[in-house]
Amino acid sequence: MPHARILIRPKAGILDPQGVAVEQALPQLGFQPAENVRIGRLVELDVADATELEAICDKLLANPLIEDYEIQVDA
Amino acid sequence: MRVGVVQFPGSCDEVDALLAAERAVGAGNAELLWHRDRDLKGVDAVVVPGGFSYGDYLRAGAIAALSPAMESVAAFARDGGPVLGICNGFQVLCEAGLLPGTMLMNVGRRFVFRQVELDVVAADTAWTRATRRGQLLSIPAKHQTGRWYAPDETVERLVADDQVVFRYAAGDNYNGSSDGIAGVCNAARNVVGLMPHPEHAVDPLTGSADGLLLFRSPLEAAGVA
Repeated sequence: MPHARILIRPKAGILDPQGVAVEQALPQLGFQPAENVRIGRLVELDVADATELEAICDKLLANPLIEDYEIQVDA
Repeated sequence: MRVGVVQFPGSCDEVDALLAAERAVGAGNAELLWHRDRDLKGVDAVVVPGGFSYGDYLRAGAIAALSPAMESVAAFARDGGPVLGICNGFQVLCEAGLLPGTMLMNVGRRFVFRQVELDVVAADTAWTRATRRGQLLSIPAKHQTGRWYAPDETVERLVADDQVVFRYAAGDNYNGSSDGIAGVCNAARNVVGLMPHPEHAVDPLTGSADGLLLFRSPLEAAGVA
């Protein structure tokens, strides 16, 4: 079965409090500052039919109101 | 009138919702509806309670929204039946597409538990008929993923169509919800969701009985009260 990776990200413009927390933690740990930290999800799955992935994302894996997703399927 | 309270694995406020409903409609007139059952047992109103349905896996309410019971609740709602979603239940109704918007993590990241003042913005929904516009209700809130969000154009449309049901009173929007919105309804005004917990505010002994007004509202809608 083809292996797929789905990257789910908070949509641009939506405040991501987890990203803010990481951003604030970095200088406290002595690292140089980082900006625009965004935390999303990675879903990996083996699927029988890769053409269903978009529908799977729309119906279950992502909420299109707040998240964008990117589907990567191994050749 | 009989009230059904949907119970998912991970629900935790279904018993309080049941007791709150019984205070409004009489002992023995509220019952639990198991998430796997499509049969709503002929109830006249449905409450989707708070908790952590299906462990809140993926997104709060996302899996519960696809359960057999919710299919029936969606059909019940389309037929005009009164449906109230509280906290996780609100998340479920949003994920099911029965209510606009969705919930994000609180701006402060923390789980917050506090008594909040809710401003009644719409007193003509199936669940707010026993309140009046501008009334302040003292209701506890407890959640980490309670920042109601919708795109600006959606918020504007909801305000214009009077679908904002509750706002946090000034200074009480601790989770950062869009436009201070704590609860909304659908266009037909029979489905209402809110983040704070009216079922925990049904006795003056625990601080407030204001939540009872919501549970009494379907009676008024049905012309019983």
